[in-house]
Amino acid sequence: MTSYRYDYEVITQWIEPGEKVLDLGCGDGDLLKHLMQVRQVQGYGVENDPDKLLASVKNGVNVIQMDLEKGLVGLEDGFFDHVIMSLSLQAMHNTQGILHEMLRVGREAVVSFPNFGYWRHRQSILNGRMPVSESLPHQWFNTPNVRFFTIADFDALCEMNGIAVRERLAFDEGKLMLDEPNFLASVAVYRLGRDG
Amino acid sequence: MIAPQSVGVVAPQRAEFTEPLALRSGGTLDNYHLVYETYGTLNAERSNAVLVCHALSGSHHVAGTYADAPHNVGWWDNLIGPGKPLDTRKFFVIGVNNLGGCYGSSGPNQINPATGALWGADFPFVTVEDWVESQARLADQLGIRRFAAIVGGSLGGMQAMSWALQFPERVANVAVIAAAPKLTAQNIAFNEVARQAILTDPEFHGGHYYAHGVVPARGLKLARMVGHITYLSDDSMAEKFGRSLRHGRNTYSYDVEFEIESYLRYQGDKFAGYFDANTYLLTTKALDYFDPAFEYGGNLPAALARATASFLVVSFTTDWRFSPARSREIVYALLHNKRKVSYAEIDCPAGHDSFLLDETRYHALLSAWFDRIEV
Repeated sequence: MTSYRYDYEVITQWIEPGEKVLDLGCGDGDLLKHLMQVRQVQGYGVENDPDKLLASVKNGVNVIQMDLEKGLVGLEDGFFDHVIMSLSLQAMHNTQGILHEMLRVGREAVVSFPNFGYWRHRQSILNGRMPVSESLPHQWFNTPNVRFFTIADFDALCEMNGIAVRERLAFDEGKLMLDEPNFLASVAVYRLGRDG
Repeated sequence: MIAPQSVGVVAPQRAEFTEPLALRSGGTLDNYHLVYETYGTLNAERSNAVLVCHALSGSHHVAGTYADAPHNVGWWDNLIGPGKPLDTRKFFVIGVNNLGGCYGSSGPNQINPATGALWGADFPFVTVEDWVESQARLADQLGIRRFAAIVGGSLGGMQAMSWALQFPERVANVAVIAAAPKLTAQNIAFNEVARQAILTDPEFHGGHYYAHGVVPARGLKLARMVGHITYLSDDSMAEKFGRSLRHGRNTYSYDVEFEIESYLRYQGDKFAGYFDANTYLLTTKALDYFDPAFEYGGNLPAALARATASFLVVSFTTDWRFSPARSREIVYALLHNKRKVSYAEIDCPAGHDSFLLDETRYHALLSAWFDRIEV
């Protein structure tokens, strides 16, 4: 039984059949397995958590143990068509480093993350408490997340690093938010590249 | 799920080969024999065979015990059996003593059919590729066209890798554990110290010590001692022995003072009592020679392009003999060729020897990998 999150649907639409795909923080490998089934990709996952790595092996996907904080050393420039990081960027310290690495080994990067600027999160802060929601399910004291940023913050980071935003879709619990995404969307999915 | 069980009492078998085997060293073995063991049952389609390749001091006795030696347990018994990661209810498992070995296959301590005397130092140099070739001929005799999997740790992992290159159509899955794509200068250096210990032992007699009724036990002991240091990690030695003193104080002598000295001497003596010095020499040379990328100008990705099997590569964090970085070279080279590959770096304190332990995460990983294999 394959279960997947709604950002998987968006990501799937951006992947062409037969592509070489790298999924960073692939967890139990469900997204890769989905992409192998519906897009016949040559997929590889990267995972550093032994339990998740085991789950990926059980799921029958290629998974390589690697510490993403150290970059993607050993992987070749431009080898992959797409390098995906689904809801993991906020849990990494080396944010700019990994974005640079994703666009080094991949033609395009696909990144999704929880939007800290979502109105419910803002409301929670105004009420004096750190937000806990579907997209930010942990308490402040046990969250794996180490970076808290908004869609606007991420746009600014991309501009600062010369990263081209090729496409951006933002959702509120699975519903596409076209207006005021930084206020109305809980999760954003980006397709990124390098211009020139 | 059942509780893990032993394969029980097993018996070695012997296969004769009369078709000459041309060796990489230039020599030829006109006829030879291999001893091997099997566990489980070959299915009607002959599609469930798994070959387990042994490392430097291993043998064909991979699992189970012998009727006349109930304490002689196979060297990878914790992996193989009903309910174990390599489950003999599903797979037909084969262990082979490599050519040049000292456990019954053609080798220095066996009769040279051409002379009627023991081979001794006249046994030709053998390589990983030669072993794989001979293993393939054993598979032919057993009616196995294609292995479901070939697995090995250390030098055994090199054989598994070589299988994928020499006979890509004959192996579906390959597990390369605690291995390397070739030895470093440091690895060769340790082997050379071991060899010099044997070669300079006065009882070596140019390798024909059998004729003199002696064995170069001192050299073999030293070889094993230096080897053993490379199998353990600094941490595991520190934890096991530290600076513990046998007499609780310095005695200012060359007898055993530190417990690590006692351990190494014990391991060395034990090994010298059962292993053959000529086999040790030959096997360390086979390790040194292994370098599938050599004929590709050192380009490992080019060398691995021929492989079509699905790979599992495993390393151990504290293994400094064949460090995780060496395993990653294999992984990246397979990735370059868009081959199926998974890679795990097991956090285990025991150094190179970790591959022989039943560390929980390691065995869970192997279980999951073997479970995925279709037969």
